[in-house]
Amino acid sequence: MKKIGAWFRDQNAYFLVGLAMTGLAVMLGILSFFWTPYGTTAMSAAERFHGPSLRHIFGTDNFGRDIFSRVMQGIGTTVIVSSLIVLISAGAGILIGAITGYFGGLLDEVIMRVTDAINSFPSILLALVVISILGRGKQNVIFSLGIVFTPSYVRIVRSEFIRLRDADYIMRARLMGVKKLRILFVHILPNIFSVFWVSVTIGFNNAILAESGMSYLGIGVQHPEASLGNMLSDAQGYLGRAPWYALSSGLTIVWIVLGFALLSEGIRRKQEGRK
Amino acid sequence: MKYLVKKIITLIMTLFLVSVLAFLAFQIIPGDVVTSILGTEATPEREEALRKELGLDLPPVVRYFSWAGNVLKGDFGNSYRFSKNMNQMMPVAELIGDKLPVTLLLAAISMVLIAVIAIPLGVFWARSKNRFLDAVLSMGTQTAMAVPSFFLGVLVTYLFGILLKWFSPGGYVSYKEDFWGCISYLLFPAISVAIPKIAMTARFLRNSMLTENGADYVRTAYSKGASERRVAYFHVLRNAMMPVVTFLGMIIAEIVAGSIVVEQVFGLPGIGKLLISSISTRDFPVVEILILYITFVVIFVYFLVDVLYRVIDPRISNK
Amino acid sequence: MKKKFSITLMALLLVAALGGCAGGKSPEDKSSAPDSTVESQGSTQNQTPAVDPKYGGKVVVGVQQDIDSLDPHKATAAGTKEILFNIFEGLLKVNENGSLICAVASDYSVSEDGLTYTFTLRDNVKFHNGKNVTAEDVKYSLERASGLLDGTPLISSLATIQSVTIVDEHTVQVTTGSANLELIYSFTTAIIPAGSGEEEGSNPIGTGPFSFVSYKPQEGLVVKKNPDYWQEGLPYLDEVNFKIVSGADTALLELKGHSIDLYSYLTDSQAAELANEYQILSAPSDALQAMFLNNKVAPFDNVKVRQAVCYAMDRDLINEFVVGGNGAIISAAMLPTLKDYYVDLNDVYGTGANIEKAKQLLAEAGYPNGISFTVIVPSNYEAHVQTADVVAEQLKAANIDCQIELVDWNTWLEDVYRQGRAYQASICAITCDMTPSYLMVRFQTGHKKNFINFSSAEYDAAYKKAEASMNLADKAKYYKEAQEIFVKEAGTAFIQDPPITIALSKNLAGYKFYPIYVQDMSTVYFINK
Repeated sequence: MKKIGAWFRDQNAYFLVGLAMTGLAVMLGILSFFWTPYGTTAMSAAERFHGPSLRHIFGTDNFGRDIFSRVMQGIGTTVIVSSLIVLISAGAGILIGAITGYFGGLLDEVIMRVTDAINSFPSILLALVVISILGRGKQNVIFSLGIVFTPSYVRIVRSEFIRLRDADYIMRARLMGVKKLRILFVHILPNIFSVFWVSVTIGFNNAILAESGMSYLGIGVQHPEASLGNMLSDAQGYLGRAPWYALSSGLTIVWIVLGFALLSEGIRRKQEGRK
Repeated sequence: MKYLVKKIITLIMTLFLVSVLAFLAFQIIPGDVVTSILGTEATPEREEALRKELGLDLPPVVRYFSWAGNVLKGDFGNSYRFSKNMNQMMPVAELIGDKLPVTLLLAAISMVLIAVIAIPLGVFWARSKNRFLDAVLSMGTQTAMAVPSFFLGVLVTYLFGILLKWFSPGGYVSYKEDFWGCISYLLFPAISVAIPKIAMTARFLRNSMLTENGADYVRTAYSKGASERRVAYFHVLRNAMMPVVTFLGMIIAEIVAGSIVVEQVFGLPGIGKLLISSISTRDFPVVEILILYITFVVIFVYFLVDVLYRVIDPRISNK
Repeated sequence: MKKKFSITLMALLLVAALGGCAGGKSPEDKSSAPDSTVESQGSTQNQTPAVDPKYGGKVVVGVQQDIDSLDPHKATAAGTKEILFNIFEGLLKVNENGSLICAVASDYSVSEDGLTYTFTLRDNVKFHNGKNVTAEDVKYSLERASGLLDGTPLISSLATIQSVTIVDEHTVQVTTGSANLELIYSFTTAIIPAGSGEEEGSNPIGTGPFSFVSYKPQEGLVVKKNPDYWQEGLPYLDEVNFKIVSGADTALLELKGHSIDLYSYLTDSQAAELANEYQILSAPSDALQAMFLNNKVAPFDNVKVRQAVCYAMDRDLINEFVVGGNGAIISAAMLPTLKDYYVDLNDVYGTGANIEKAKQLLAEAGYPNGISFTVIVPSNYEAHVQTADVVAEQLKAANIDCQIELVDWNTWLEDVYRQGRAYQASICAITCDMTPSYLMVRFQTGHKKNFINFSSAEYDAAYKKAEASMNLADKAKYYKEAQEIFVKEAGTAFIQDPPITIALSKNLAGYKFYPIYVQDMSTVYFINK
C-alpha cells in the first residue's frame, strides 16, 4: 500500500486526472464486450426519447434504446478504430517524416510530392476508391483513414527533424560515429515528443469524427452497431427534442480525447520536470 | 532563382500527379455522371446519347489528355450537373469563382481571429510563472481541442443564433449583395473554425517557446545582459515561431481548401460543400478543378512557409 | 381558379375517345374519380382559400436537392421538377386531386382508335417573354421532347409520338404509333418557345404562374410573379426563393432561425419540435417503401424465405418508429390512394410480427438455424436508414441476421438498380406517377426496371390483361389479381406509404398537397393580420 501511495505522490495532477478519465472510459468500453445494462439494439416503442433518469442514466434515443449501453459499446468500437487509425498514420508519419526530414534529397522530394497529393485528395473520394477495390467493412475505414491522416504527421515530424538535424548535440553525436538509426530514433525522436503529441491528440479527435463520416459511405461502423461518431451524427436530427442524445455522445468524445490529452500532458510535464 | 524554378517544377509535377489520381479514381468508383443524372429512369438509348453528348464515349486516355489540354489552354470546361441556363451548362471557372470568395472570406476572418488571439496568448502563457493560470490555460485549451467540430458548430449556432439571436442561422447573404452583412454572418462560422485552432496554436507556441528557452543561445543572451522581455520577443519568439508557422500554414491550407462541416452546419455555399456534392453527383470536371485548386493552395502555402523559414532562420538556406 | 375544368384519369379510361376539358364533367367522374387526397388515413390537410387572400410578398421555400437542369425536358430529378412546376406548363396540367386540367390547351379530343390527339390552344396564354403561345411553339416543344427533332427522346413516354402537325393556328394534332390510354398524362410536358433550344432560351421561359429570375448552384432559384398568367387571380406572391438547404438537420436550425417560410419532408420528431412555431401539415407521400428482396439471389430465391421475412417484420412498429404512426401499411405495389385499383392485402402476412410462422417457413425452406443476409440502404434517405435499423432488430427474433450496409446514391444505383443486381435486399421506395401501370409494369418477368428479378408467369398474364383492358372494371380486376399473385409469391416485403410533413409559416395559407412531387406556390398567400 505504501508503494502505491508513493507512486501517486510522484505523479502530477494532469497525469492522474487523465488516467482516471481514460481509465474509466476504457473500462466501460471493455465491459461492454461482456455486459451492458440493456441490449445495445433493443428497441422499445414505449420508451422513445426518455430523458436521463435512474432507469436510463443517459436517457433513450429515437428507438427507445438505452443510450448509456450504446455509449459503452460506442466507446469500445471508437477507441479501437480510432487508435488503430492514429497508430497507422502516426507510425507511418514518424517513419516517413524522420527519413525525409533527416536525409532530404531526392527521396524527400518524391515522398513529399506523394504526401502533397494525398493531402489534397478528398477523403470521401479516397474512401469510395477503397470501397471499390477492397469492398466495404470496418477494416477498410481504418486503412483509408490511416492513409488520409498520414501526411499531417509527416509534415510535423519532417519539419522537426529538419530543425533538429543541425542542432549541436546531433552534430556531436554524428562526429562520435553514432549510427544513423540511433540518431534518428534515440537522439532526435524523443525531442519532438511535445510537438508530436499535440498533433496525435488532434488526430485522435479527427479520427473519431472522420469514422462517423465514413459510415455514411458504407465503410466505417455500420448501423445498428454504435460508435460515438455515428451516434453523434444520428443525434443531430434530435437536437431540440432529445438534446441528451447529442450531449451524451458528444461529451463522451470530449471526455476520451481530453483524458487522453491530459495523460500525455502529464507524461510530458513529468519528463520536463526530470530535466 | 534556381530555388524558385525548382519549386515551380515540383508544383507542376504534383498537380499532374493529383489530376491523374483523381481521374483514375473516377474510373474506379461505382456509378458515373450519366447514372447520376438519369437515375432510375435511365434507358439505354438516353444513356448512350448523354454519354456521347458529354464525350464520355471516348477511351479514358483520350479523355484525360483532351481534358488536360483544355485546362492548359485555360479552359476548365463545363460542369456536368449545374446548368447556367436552359441550354448551357455552368462553366467550372464561373461556378468555382462564385463559391471561392465565400471560403476565402471565411478563411481570412478565421485566420485573423487565430493570429490575434493565439499568438499573444501563447507568448503570455509561456512567460507566465503562475501555476494556477498554467493549469487553467492547459485545461481550457485541451478541452477546446477535444470538442468535435460539428458539435462546436451546433453549439455556436444555438448560443449566438437561437438563444442570443445575434445572427439568424441559415440567413447567409451573398457577399455581392451585402458585403458587411456577409462578413457579420461569417464571423460565427469563423468562431467555430477558430476556437480549436486557437487552442492548438497557443499550445504549440508555448511548447515551442519553452523548448527554445532551454537552448544555448538564450542562456548566452541572458548572460550578455539582455532583458527578459527582449529575449522573449526577439530571440525566443523568432525561433519558436518556426514550427508554429508550419502549423499555421497547415491550418490556412485546411481552411482555404474548404471546411466541409462548418459550411454544412452554417449553410455556407463554399468550396467544401461544392466538392462534396460534386463527388456525390460524379461531376468530374468540377471535382478535378477543385482538387487541383486545393493542391495548388496547399503547395503554395507550404512554399510560403518555406520562404518564411529562410527569413526566420537563415541557417536552412546555407544547407 | 374560376375556369377549372377537370378530367380525371378514370373518366378518361372510360370515355377515352371523347376527351376534352370543357365537357369533362360527366356523372361517371364523380363516382370514379381517384380523389387521391381524400380519405387516405384522413390526414391530408389541403388548405381552403380564405375569404380575403392578400396579394404580394416574398416567400423562402427550403428545398433539399439542387437543380439538375433548367431545361424542363432534360430535368429528371424529382427535386427539380418540384420547382419547375411553377415555371413551366404543358398542354395539360395535374391538379391537386391528381386529375388533369387544361393549361396551354383549352380543349382536346382523342380519336376512336386512340392514335390521334387533337389539342385546341387557349387564346390568352403568354410566355414569360411576353409573346403569345402559338401552334409552332407547341409543335416544337413536343417534337423536341419526343425525339422527333434529333432522334433522342428526352421524355421517354412520348417516344411513341410519330408526328405533330399544325392544323390551324389554334389546333395541333398528334399522331402516335400505338394506342395507350395512359399516354395522356405525358402531355403535361412543358411547352417552351419555338427554337428556344438555340437562341431564345438563355433563360428558362415557360407559361407557368412564376417566371425565372436567377439560379445559383447550391444556393437556390428565384422566381417572380407572372402578371400575365392565364389563370385569373393567380399567383398571389410576388417572389419565391427556392433555397437549397444542405440537410435535414441544417433545415431544422434554419426553421428555428426563421430563415425559411416553408419546408417539406420534415421528420416526425422535427415536426414535433416545430409545432409551436409553424403550421404543421401532412399528407401521404404516395411512395411505396419496401424491403426489396432479390428473387434471384440466395436465400431469397426461395419463396418460403421471402414469406418468412414478410411474417417476421412488424410493420406497425416500423410505422410507429419511423414516421410516428402516420404511414399507411401496404403489401403490394399499389397506392391506397389509387383506390379503384387498390386491394387491401395486409392480412396475408399480418401487419404485426408472426415469428412462429416465420421460423416454421424457414425450417421448411431448409434453414432451420435461420439465415443471414445484407441489406443495402441509400444513406441519403434518413427514413430508410431508420427503417433498416428497426427491421434488423425485428428479424433477429426469427433467427434472421440482417446486416445493414449504407451506400451513397450512385453506388446504390449501380449495385442494386442497374446491371449488377447482385444484392440480396435493399430498403428504399418507389415514387409514384399517376398511373397504376407505372407501379406494376416493373414486376413483369425480365422487365428492365424489374430490379428484384421477380418472375411469375401468372403475374405477367394478369398484368398484360390489365394493360390491354379498355374498361375500368376489367382493368381494376386484373390489376387486383396481379397484386394478389405478387403478395402470395412474396415478391418483396412491402412496408408502407410514408407521410410527407411540411412546416408552413404561420403567416401563410393556401398551401396545396399534390399526389405528385411538386411544390405549387401559385395558391399560397399571406394572411391579412
